[in-house]
Amino acid sequence: MEVVQIQRRLVDYTKSLFMEGFLDGQFLQLQQLQDESNPDFVVEVVSLFFDDSEKLLNELTIALDQPNVDFKKVDGHVHQLKGSSSSIGAQRVKNVCIAFRNFCEVQNIEGCLTCLQQVKQEYYLVKNKLETLFRLEQQIVASGGSIPMIEMGF
Amino acid sequence: MAVNGAVTWLRRAEEIDGYDLSASDSEEVHVLAVDDSLVDRKVIERLLKITSCKVTAVDSGRRALQFLGLDEKKEANGFDGLKVDLIITDYCMPGMTGYELLKKVKESSAFREIPVVIMSSENVIARIDRCLEEGAEDFIVKPVKLSDVKRIIDYMTTDFREGEERRRGINKRKLRDDGDGDGDRSLSSSPPSTLSSSSTAPCSTSTSPLDSPTRRLKMTSFEEHIFADKK
Repeated sequence: MEVVQIQRRLVDYTKSLFMEGFLDGQFLQLQQLQDESNPDFVVEVVSLFFDDSEKLLNELTIALDQPNVDFKKVDGHVHQLKGSSSSIGAQRVKNVCIAFRNFCEVQNIEGCLTCLQQVKQEYYLVKNKLETLFRLEQQIVASGGSIPMIEMGF
Repeated sequence: MAVNGAVTWLRRAEEIDGYDLSASDSEEVHVLAVDDSLVDRKVIERLLKITSCKVTAVDSGRRALQFLGLDEKKEANGFDGLKVDLIITDYCMPGMTGYELLKKVKESSAFREIPVVIMSSENVIARIDRCLEEGAEDFIVKPVKLSDVKRIIDYMTTDFREGEERRRGINKRKLRDDGDGDGDRSLSSSPPSTLSSSSTAPCSTSTSPLDSPTRRLKMTSFEEHIFADKK
């Protein structure tokens, strides 16, 4: 496939992620911080986010599986997940975290369990999408092309 | 932004190694960044380096104090090569919160002059006021953007030349992002009891209704960056 075609695909794909709310402006901020001296910045930060999130999701699963749920602990984990997802622009994940925290505050176990399921879903979705995005970028770079800058008018 | 040539932080020639502690280049702003989140540390570090600052990033208030030489367990010796020009810290951290770190810094005769900026995901007026009253220079609502960091470094460096008054003016203006220029500061912070539990437990405040207007405004200022020159 021609480089131009892959570039086109990347631009369209990225735009769709924004349109569908998977990513928000913060992701563009990260892309702006990437340059020749730091060509892998976004991938690096997002990888940290993946590692961090998976750990948190595990801990959340365990914490909510206890006979006596420690809601403060659960809230702490969700707070962290909310923070990191917000920092990379993973909007849908962040939004579920907001709802999740509300359930923690009122100690609603059913609400928390539902949110846990939702946040896992959203996390794996955005992970998948971002990995696809990075793969497209890799293809472009491997073909000698440059990664197009996305311009979004919000 | 046109700044006097004496301010060398505008140059972006070399990649600055934030962990190079041997050279104390007084022309570069040395920032101590404190955040327990690895993701956020990486981002803030990059934001600061792009703004031509030297960065030391630590993951807790305790480590920040150790770095400054304020930790009780260590003697406060002369860290000449490690002069810190600015501290940027997250508010919500396990163990010592950013607020507690702020207090410790401001209580110390050696370091109280160092400006401290607080970052928080919660845009709560009471929290902001509390921090400002304790001597924080500014308050950034997360997620942190390049424009936030640039603004801080900008007025920090002009402040060295122009003094406190101007900084206070900019401070108020920037905090009132929603255009409400009038300082409602006579409204004293809500009773500390709502926030005092933050020392051991994670911060648990509900999101403020102010989140939406702030968010919208942040997007507006971000638009400028998309269309501006990358460098």
